[in-house]
Amino acid sequence: MEEEGGGAFELPTAEEREAEKKAGTGEVHVVQRRMRECVRILGNFGKLGAKGRSRSEYLEQLIADISNYYGYNEFLAEKLFMLFPVAEAIEFFEANESPRPVTIRTNTLRTRRRDLAQALVNRGVNLEPIGKWTNVGLQVFESSVPIGATPEYLAGHYMLQAASSFLPVIALAPQRNERVLDMASAPGGKTTHIAALMQNTGVVFANDSNKARTKSLTANVHRLGCKNVVVCSHDGREFPKVMGGFDRVLLDAPCSGTGVISKDASVKVNKSDRDFMLLSHLQKQLILCAIDSINPASKTGGYFVYSTCSVTVDENEAVVDYALRKRPNVKLVDTGLEFGREGFTSYRGKTFHSSVNLTRRFYPHVHNMDGFFVAKFKVEKATKKSKSEKVEVKAGRKDVEMEVEEEDIGFDSDEDQKYIEESKRKALKAKGLRVRPRNQVPAPNSSVAAAA
Amino acid sequence: MRPLTEEESKLVFAKLANFIGKNLIQLIDRADEPYCFRLQKDRVYYVSESSMRLGISVARPNLVSLGTCFGKFTKSGKFKLQITALDYLAQYAKYKIWIKPNGEMPFLYGNHVLKAHLGRITEDTPEHQGVVVYSMNDVPLGFGVTARSTVDTRKLDPTAIIVFHQADVGEYLRDEEALF
Repeated sequence: MEEEGGGAFELPTAEEREAEKKAGTGEVHVVQRRMRECVRILGNFGKLGAKGRSRSEYLEQLIADISNYYGYNEFLAEKLFMLFPVAEAIEFFEANESPRPVTIRTNTLRTRRRDLAQALVNRGVNLEPIGKWTNVGLQVFESSVPIGATPEYLAGHYMLQAASSFLPVIALAPQRNERVLDMASAPGGKTTHIAALMQNTGVVFANDSNKARTKSLTANVHRLGCKNVVVCSHDGREFPKVMGGFDRVLLDAPCSGTGVISKDASVKVNKSDRDFMLLSHLQKQLILCAIDSINPASKTGGYFVYSTCSVTVDENEAVVDYALRKRPNVKLVDTGLEFGREGFTSYRGKTFHSSVNLTRRFYPHVHNMDGFFVAKFKVEKATKKSKSEKVEVKAGRKDVEMEVEEEDIGFDSDEDQKYIEESKRKALKAKGLRVRPRNQVPAPNSSVAAAA
Repeated sequence: MRPLTEEESKLVFAKLANFIGKNLIQLIDRADEPYCFRLQKDRVYYVSESSMRLGISVARPNLVSLGTCFGKFTKSGKFKLQITALDYLAQYAKYKIWIKPNGEMPFLYGNHVLKAHLGRITEDTPEHQGVVVYSMNDVPLGFGVTARSTVDTRKLDPTAIIVFHQADVGEYLRDEEALF
């Protein structure tokens, strides 16, 4: 390997990198070769790593090169890089450069897949069923006519829709005569899919906070002949107040779009740390609202599906984990999707609930569809009994401890004083009141104090 | 959202009757589920009563659409059928016309139907009668009003107009902004 590239590979030192940065970006083939070498060395660092150079130096160089070569900002390049093993990460970035196949979904309210395929073949479209996992999807290879303006399209026989957008609806599995909510629905691909699966029975609430986008949503709903849809334009966070008691809820949350970089490359540079914080905050608010809109006593449903077209952990597993912690009456269930990777149960020092592995991740380089995340919840009745059980369990634990060290119990009010102060401050802050800066060192484990 | 007044219903039903005639009763007295007409921001929606009852809980400024939109009242108080009503018109249409494949695209761009593109037409269609336009493989494409009766069309030359265009499914692309 070393011979072919003209001399052994040597990692540039920090000074050399600084110089290269100043001189402008390095030559493409140099950067490319350096990336290849870094990947190779990181794959077997113990053997191949140069003496005196640390693993983190290689990583730093590789991430800098990735952001340079593929045009990401350094923050996002690192964030995405950390999701995968080194070699796979390169595959992921590479896959983001090529477009995903065009796919369409047959509208079963109007036609059948076989008839639609025949009609489109007659118009000079080359297509094939997507895969075994769906019986309504078709993949378009090439077409002599614009696929979004054929008479069949206008008559509502199909919807132009990415393959990944089928997944949350398949996971939701709506049944006839149910009441379903699609919380962020424009432009209506998933909404119309839900209506088609329900065969125009029951009622589907299609909500989107953006009023301008509800136009295309309504047009699509009418074009595809969905007669059971109510389109409304509320902020999703208002939802249990507007209307509750749904049998199933789908939340395809607004996200950073790191799964669809091949579609919208502007994500590469315009996302910063703050965007991710704001988005995950919004997602956490929405997910609780969605869960609260569900009728846990529903006979047929009580299911909730959360999905994003993003691959980052803080928009996916972290949000799901948050919901599990905040709402003890929900639990994750199997999505019913037969492929996809399991969600992370722990990621870079964070540990999530053990059932988070029931969620599914989809990647462009593995499944040849947009990066996607799907989680399915079952909402059960919030019973008082379960709470008291928990208390009992806790009490039981305490009893055991008490027997062991009996002298230690009892309150030491002096020692507790700082904890009490701290929790008072927290309570005030939570109310939105201004708190005076503390004049003493903050208590080390205030969260424990708050819980107590 | 409110029910139509008597005058409004008269206007709506008159327009619908021009296309589906006595089948109008099928729309009002449905066997499966009670349906009703509702007015929301000048637009007339045809919706099942169960959906309507749930839709009530959405505030007026936030409600965008429910059920199927049939058309809208213009500022001058006339009722205009929109392409979104095509589903029901096609289901109950009394008079139909089929156009050849080479006439599909011109019609979908908003042009009138010419004699040359005529594939089939219902016998004894009178003049100025609302008709639903289908493609040769029975896909409804839009609706319009006949220019001549079936008998008279026989004598026309190929470039003559036989159906005046009113609405076509191409509007979903062209006029998405104006439709809703």
